[in-house]
Amino acid sequence: MTAARWLAVGWGVIGILVVIGSWELYKATGPAEGVVVGAVDGETGSGVMILPRTHDRAMPHVWDMIVRLFAPTSGGDTPPLWMSVVAAAGVTLGIAAVGWMIGVIVGAALGLIMQRSRLAEWGLLPWIVLSQIVPLIAFAPVVNAIGNQIDRDVMPWPQWLSVAVIASYLAFFPVAVGMLRGLAAPDPIHVDLMRSYSAGYWSTLWRLRLPAAVPHLLPALRLAAANAVLGAVVAEVSIGMRGGIGRMLIQLAGQASSDPAAPWAPTFGSIALGLIAAGTVAVIGVGLKNYRRGEAAA
Amino acid sequence: MSVSPPTTPLAVRAAGIGKTFSTAGDDVHALTGVDLEVAAGEFVSLIGPSGCGKSTLMRLIADLDTPTEGTLEIFGKTPERARVAQDYGIAFQQAGLLPWRTVAANIALPLEVHGQGRTERDARVRELTHLVGLQEFTERYPDELSGGMQQRVAIARALAARPKLLLMDEPFGALDEMTREYLQVELSGIAAETGAAVVFVTHSIPEAVFLSDRVVVMSPRPGRIAEIVPTHLGGGRDEALRESPAYFDRVTAVREALHGTRVERANER
Repeated sequence: MTAARWLAVGWGVIGILVVIGSWELYKATGPAEGVVVGAVDGETGSGVMILPRTHDRAMPHVWDMIVRLFAPTSGGDTPPLWMSVVAAAGVTLGIAAVGWMIGVIVGAALGLIMQRSRLAEWGLLPWIVLSQIVPLIAFAPVVNAIGNQIDRDVMPWPQWLSVAVIASYLAFFPVAVGMLRGLAAPDPIHVDLMRSYSAGYWSTLWRLRLPAAVPHLLPALRLAAANAVLGAVVAEVSIGMRGGIGRMLIQLAGQASSDPAAPWAPTFGSIALGLIAAGTVAVIGVGLKNYRRGEAAA
Repeated sequence: MSVSPPTTPLAVRAAGIGKTFSTAGDDVHALTGVDLEVAAGEFVSLIGPSGCGKSTLMRLIADLDTPTEGTLEIFGKTPERARVAQDYGIAFQQAGLLPWRTVAANIALPLEVHGQGRTERDARVRELTHLVGLQEFTERYPDELSGGMQQRVAIARALAARPKLLLMDEPFGALDEMTREYLQVELSGIAAETGAAVVFVTHSIPEAVFLSDRVVVMSPRPGRIAEIVPTHLGGGRDEALRESPAYFDRVTAVREALHGTRVERANER
């Protein structure tokens, strides 16, 4: 077990080293201006670039990215960049967590309804699948506009709540599908058994269907967590909310020609966010480990 | 019929039972014209080749399916009312334990569903784990038990609500011969001790004879009762019975009843 654990960590480290190695290898050997096919003379930006540029403004060295983390955020005596990244990541993580929770509640409710009634499954499932095709960037401003409307006419509606709602839009999908599959997962013998006890719907749900759904739900919750982070970052950018890591990413990317290593800091920050979100769900899984036991074959 | 006093209602009374499954193409007659009476406290086995409808008959008695014709009464009630009243306990070929519950929690499941209090439940679970000899394993999970032990938990669970009727669908079918014979002796003792009637589905002639007061031999296409063989072996079944001439005689009688039917593929497995 511990040997296997070390092996897993080892492969993880090797994976990161391979990415860094490839980056630096291409930077050292690739052409500084990249390779462009079909460029027309005198027209800037024409043609198709098939290999990226390798000069320092396009591809900073990995060590420059790391050094930049410890330099002041925007010159002078501003706090080091990593601290700004952590603060922004914290904001986004909080919003993503709210979005995740909304997504889990909505997804679980949809899964329950669809499992209860075949008609509801036929009516809802196509729309649920279809909902994920709508591009988030088109959808986010609509949510923001509705949020502003509510803020003006009904009740206070902070902008971060709109971001959370948009994040939940991506998070609910795997939960709904996982819940539907999980609730249908019990062994037919177990269903017969509960019927022989004349157990009602709620009793069967609580004692059989929900516990049996856990192995299907855990991956769905993990996926939902990763989706919630992604959704929160994209939503921040597309509705222009300040303070989060998505906004920071866009801002620093805009200044990349003068400070090329800086946008990488929030990039690493968002990767860390995704890992933290998925890791938190893995901790939930440890608490539910009895529900993942298999019955040994007789 | 057998020795039960006329005042006790029959555990099972089936008259003209038929079951037809409608499939896309045509109807499949799983059972036709089944007449069977099981007295209170009586041990009756259903035996026959695959497709003879013995499991279907058990599912009808359990109200897990409804007959398409005939009348069926469990202790004088409709199967549905008998199920709601918890008149029977049931066990299947697979133990069917909930893997996330301990042995004790699995046995307590039917009591929990019926809202019995914790102290009562715990006391009953203690009794039952003693009865099936698993008192040291109450906090184990099913995946930590052997197949035979899992099946004993399933039997304890079937007995939890003190049913007057036990329905068992090949409960020992997946076990090795040694464990199987051992559990047969145990089950025979438990049935005598609790006074419950048992309807026991099996593929094994020796098992049916060893356990039963009467063996119901069924034949397929359409599923029906071919013959009912009484065993006359009396109470208190033990290992010595397996060596006795009377036992061999009944095994032969059941085998002949099975092969004597007009069935091409009748065999003792």
